Amino acid sequence: MNLSQSVLEFLSGDVNAKRIVPPSGFTARLTAFTAAAMAFLAVFALALSLATHRLAERWSGELAQSSTIRISAPLEQREAQTRAVLRILETTPGVATARALPPDEQRALLAPWFGADLPVETLPIPQLVEVVETAQGLDSEGLRLRLSAEAPGAVLDDHTRWRRPLVRAAERLNLLGLGALGLITLTMAAMITLAAGSALAANREVMRVLRLIGARDTFIARAFVRRFTLRALAGSAAGTVIAMACIWALPSVEQAGGFLTGLGFAGAGWLAPLLVPPVAAFVAFWATRFAALRALKDIP
Amino acid sequence: MIELSDITYGYDGSPLLNGISLDLSPGSFHFLTGPSGAGKTTLLKLCYLDLKPAKGTITVFGAPSEKLGRDAIAKLRRRVGVVHQDCGFLEHLSLRENVAMPLAAAGQDPTQHDAEIDELLAWVGLARRADALPAELSGGEKQRAALARALILSPDVVLADEPTGNVDWEMSLRLLTLLVELNRMGKAILIATHDLNLIRAAKAQVTARVLRLRRGQLDVAGVDL
Ligand SMILES: Nc1ncnc2c1ncn2[C@@H]1O[C@H](COP(=O)(O)OP(=O)(O)OP(=O)(O)O)[C@@H](O)[C@H]1O
Ligand SMILES: [Mg+2]
Repeated sequence: MNLSQSVLEFLSGDVNAKRIVPPSGFTARLTAFTAAAMAFLAVFALALSLATHRLAERWSGELAQSSTIRISAPLEQREAQTRAVLRILETTPGVATARALPPDEQRALLAPWFGADLPVETLPIPQLVEVVETAQGLDSEGLRLRLSAEAPGAVLDDHTRWRRPLVRAAERLNLLGLGALGLITLTMAAMITLAAGSALAANREVMRVLRLIGARDTFIARAFVRRFTLRALAGSAAGTVIAMACIWALPSVEQAGGFLTGLGFAGAGWLAPLLVPPVAAFVAFWATRFAALRALKDIP
Repeated sequence: MIELSDITYGYDGSPLLNGISLDLSPGSFHFLTGPSGAGKTTLLKLCYLDLKPAKGTITVFGAPSEKLGRDAIAKLRRRVGVVHQDCGFLEHLSLRENVAMPLAAAGQDPTQHDAEIDELLAWVGLARRADALPAELSGGEKQRAALARALILSPDVVLADEPTGNVDWEMSLRLLTLLVELNRMGKAILIATHDLNLIRAAKAQVTARVLRLRRGQLDVAGVDL
């Protein structure tokens, strides 16, 4: 059967199909509750994986930024040491580009504190060399040794280096979050299959009668599918709203300025959890359809 | 319209029906008699493809049964009205909704057929019980409701298993009249019954063949009936 057609038919709500299955209060509430709980967990897993993704992006972005070498030398040696540093960097593996910041850029860096017309050339201000690393990164210990031998005033400033394992950890957490989402989806499919299975078993006689009066399998299945899909949709919508409210109410750690980004949604990320109820409904639709058509197989 | 040829059937191995042939052609009227446990209900179940024969072929509206998929079987069953011996209603629905259910199952809107439903319910004398649940009906009322449900799609074949078992004589005749009427419109009718008076009453109105099922064999009963 054409999928879009069957979805349309389904949403248009066959009034007759709705009533052919007797009401079943308990499995109904169980399914709605399961869907709500799973949606709640899914939203948190989603928040975790989005937040860790953001974290990994930010940290690896900072890693890709240039590290800097600061050359603090008496004015007359500054030029020579700068050249020495650049020469060293040319032969250092892991360095993509290196350049000494020209005076206007240095001035621009200092402008917020000293104003725009600072005569940097004549002041004993350290010369900065910007180093852009290749993807592999450079061996900072080796570079430090060579710098201290040939340009004693040069200091390699690689404060971002220690973040590399953190980026890996963040990426790992991101994967875990995605894995949790997958597990939650599968668990919900399994729970709904079980709930639908018990409803189907309880209604075997109904299915038999319907078959005997000429109902097609899809007609019978639709009654169950509709019921469980709508329950899963309602339950997961409630779970999603509650979870989003909880996350929204979490105290923000962003403005504490730490490296920790909050376990929350940012900007358009708030739209992501809105996908949870439709996905839950989709899962319920196929899980119930599968269970129903399988149960009908041995009813002639 | 339904043709059984050389059918053999038995529940879990023990033979019950042995080389049975039967042809329900348009406009034919059959009675099926035989001792209790002879296999009348079983034979009817074979006719509406609820059971698969161990041997032999069943042809329904020209299609051999073993070639039919589940959806095709569902469609064919809409052309075969069955009054089941054990009725089989949806217990959570009213009598009226049960009678209308074949319409819904066939993809029609029951609300478009209100007049036909009312007419049928009136004919079987259940107009005032339309909103009752099946559990609230007497045995005879259930049988009449089952007949109404079997006829709602105006099927080409009617298979009725003891349709008058719990009904008084007057009502039996009324139901028979309904079936005779349908038979005159060209429908094939098969009634399984023990009620010899009913058979006699029918023979006064139509040419009916009386079949007797005994020890796995199907014979045409004598003219004495
Ligand atoms: N599902 C089943 N499993 C095993 N045996 C069955 C089953 N259904 C019927 N039988 C047996 O098959 C035999 C024929 O049953 P069937 O219901 O066809 O008889 P019947 O002629 O309709 O009898 P009655 O006049 O009492 O309705 C009986 O002995 C019955 O016990
Ligand atoms: Mg019987």
